[in-house]
Amino acid sequence: MTTTFIPDTLVKPARPWRRTHRSTLAMLGFMVLAGLSSTGIVAVTGLAGPLGWYVAFVFSLAVLGFLGSFFRDRVVAVDLFATVLICTAFMTVLIPWVSIFYSVIKRGAPAFYKGYLTTDMLVTSSGEALNLGGLSHAIVGTLLMLTIASLICIPLGIIAAIYIVEIKGRFAGVVRFLTQAMSGVPSIVAGLFIYSTLVILVFHSFSGIAGACALAILMLPTVTRTAEEVLKLVPDHLRAASYALGASQTQTTFKVVLPSVRSGLITASVLGLARVAGETAPLLLTSGYFIKLTTNVRNGAIGSLPTYIFSTLGAGTTESVTRAWGGACVLLALILILFIGARSLGGRNKGR
Amino acid sequence: MITMLTDNTSTVETTHQQASPASEVAETSAMETRGIHAWFGKNHVLRNVSLQFPTNSVTGLIGPSGCGKSTFLRLLNRMHEFIPTAAMAGEVFLDGQDIYRPGAAAAELRLRVGMVFQKPNPFPSMTIQQNVLAGPTLSKTKVADKKDLVEDCLTRAGLWKEVKDRLDAYGSSLSGGQQQRLCIARALAVRPDVLLMDEPCSALDPGSTLRIEETIHELSESMTIVIVTHNMQQAARVSDYCAFFLSEDGPGHLVEAGLTSMIFSNPSDQRTADYVQGRFG
Repeated sequence: MTTTFIPDTLVKPARPWRRTHRSTLAMLGFMVLAGLSSTGIVAVTGLAGPLGWYVAFVFSLAVLGFLGSFFRDRVVAVDLFATVLICTAFMTVLIPWVSIFYSVIKRGAPAFYKGYLTTDMLVTSSGEALNLGGLSHAIVGTLLMLTIASLICIPLGIIAAIYIVEIKGRFAGVVRFLTQAMSGVPSIVAGLFIYSTLVILVFHSFSGIAGACALAILMLPTVTRTAEEVLKLVPDHLRAASYALGASQTQTTFKVVLPSVRSGLITASVLGLARVAGETAPLLLTSGYFIKLTTNVRNGAIGSLPTYIFSTLGAGTTESVTRAWGGACVLLALILILFIGARSLGGRNKGR
Repeated sequence: MITMLTDNTSTVETTHQQASPASEVAETSAMETRGIHAWFGKNHVLRNVSLQFPTNSVTGLIGPSGCGKSTFLRLLNRMHEFIPTAAMAGEVFLDGQDIYRPGAAAAELRLRVGMVFQKPNPFPSMTIQQNVLAGPTLSKTKVADKKDLVEDCLTRAGLWKEVKDRLDAYGSSLSGGQQQRLCIARALAVRPDVLLMDEPCSALDPGSTLRIEETIHELSESMTIVIVTHNMQQAARVSDYCAFFLSEDGPGHLVEAGLTSMIFSNPSDQRTADYVQGRFG
C-alpha cells in the first residue's frame, strides 16, 4: 500500500462537520420558497397582516417539508425540515420579547430629556411638557427599597435553603411546603399584610421600610426555591471530602458548599429581585407614592418606579402617558443592569 | 519488592497471624477493630470483622465488589454514619481508645484518620494552594508556615514539581491523576496518623497509578495506610498486609488476613487462593 506524502505546511485545518455552503443555500431556498408561498396565501385567502403572513409561513414550511421528503433523500429532507422548524420556533418565541422592548422604547423615548433621570416631580405635574420634571425620586425609592428587601430576604432565603438541603432538619418538609405555598400568595395580599401590621401598628404612616418588607415577602419563595435547587447540584463527594478533613457541618457549608455555587446563589438573588422590581400593588398599600426625591425610608411615602408608572398613566394626558412609558423604559433598563452586574460578579470565579 | 517487604516485616508476622481472633491491642498497632458489624437499614452488610493495622504499614483490603471493604474503611473514620440508614456494632480502637465511645468527636478523629476517595474530588471553588490548606482551614487548625506546608504536602504527594508554578490555578484545571495526588496532599496537610484510601487509582491511567503507588510507599514510612483495591497486582505491589473479604450471598466478612506475601503465595483458605489467582471475583 502506498500513501501520498503531503508536507505539513500544505495541510489546512478544516471543519468537515460544519454545514456546507450547498446545504445552507438549500435551507435559504427552502425558506424563500416558503416565504413566497405564504405571500401568495395572504394575497388569495382571508389571512392578513404580519401575523397572518407568519401563520401562513409556518404552514408553508410544514407542507414544503412534507413534499420535499418525496423528492430528496428522506433523512436529509427531514433534517432540513427540523432545522427550519426549530429556527422558526425560536423566532416565534422572540416575537413577544422584541415586541415588548420595541414598544416600550418607542413610546418611552420621547419622555427622555437631559434632566429626566435627575429631577423629581415636585414642581411639575404629570400633564406638563416633557422637558420638565423627571423620575429621580422613583429611581432612588425603588433602589432603596430593593436594597432593603434584598438585605432582609437574601440571607433568609439562603438560610432556609441551607436548612432544607444541608441540615435536612426535622421541619425541612414543612419549610419547603410553606415556601411553595408562599410563591402562590397574590402580591396585593402581601401588601395588605404589611399594611395591617407595619403600616398601621408600627410606622403609623406609609414607609419605605414597609414597602421593602412587602417586597421581601414576595421575593423570599423565589430566592429560597432557586437557592435550594442550586445547593442540590453540589455533589455529595465534595461534602464527604470536607468532612473527611475534620470539618464541621458549619465549615463545610460555608467554606465548601456555598463558595462552589456562588454564581448560582447570585442568580437566585437576581431572580428574586427581578420578580419584585416591577411589583405595584403591594407598594401602593405600603410605601405609597411620593413626588419628591427623598431618602427617608422610615416615615412617609416614598417614590418608586412602578407607582410612578401607575400614577402618571392614571393622569391620562398624552404627556403623562408618555412619562409612564418612560418609567417602564427605566425599569427595564434597571433590571437589565442588575442582571448584567450580577452575572459579571458571579462569573469572575471559574469555580461553579 | 515483595520479598523486600517480607524481609522487613517478618518480625511482626506472628502478631499479625492472630489478627482475626484479636484479643488484645498489639503494641505496634496504630488501629484495631474488634467484632465490627455494619448494617444499611435491615441489610446486614458486614459481619464480625476484627483486624489490626500495624503502625507505619500498608494494609490492602481486597475482595470482590459488594463484600463490604469500602463500608469497613468508612467505619474507620466514621464516614459510615453520614448514610441515614447506617448502623454498626463493635469497637474501633485508635491509640487504645474506642472511636465510637460516647462523647468522642468525629471531626477530631477525622483529623487523625484522613481519607482519599475513589473519585478525585478537589474543591472546585479553591485554588491548588487553597485545596492543600483546606484541611487546616476547615478544621480551624493554626498553621505556622503555610507556604512550607503546601510545598511539603505536595512534595510528599509527588505533585510539587508539576504545580509549583501555578499554585493559584484552580484544582479542576489539573488532570485526573494530578487531581488525585492533590487530594492526597490535601489529606496529608492535617498530618494524619492513619490514611484511608478507597480505590484511589481506579479512575486513573497506569502512569498516574504508578506515581500514586510510589507515593503510598514513601508515606508508609511515617503513617499507617489502609487501602481498598480491586487490583490484585496493586495489592501485591503496595501492601505489607492483606485482608481478604467475601460476602458469599450473606453479610461480608473477613476470610483471611496476614502478610501480603503469605496471602498471595500460600493462603490458608482455598477461597483466598481462588480469588488472588483470579479464579473468581
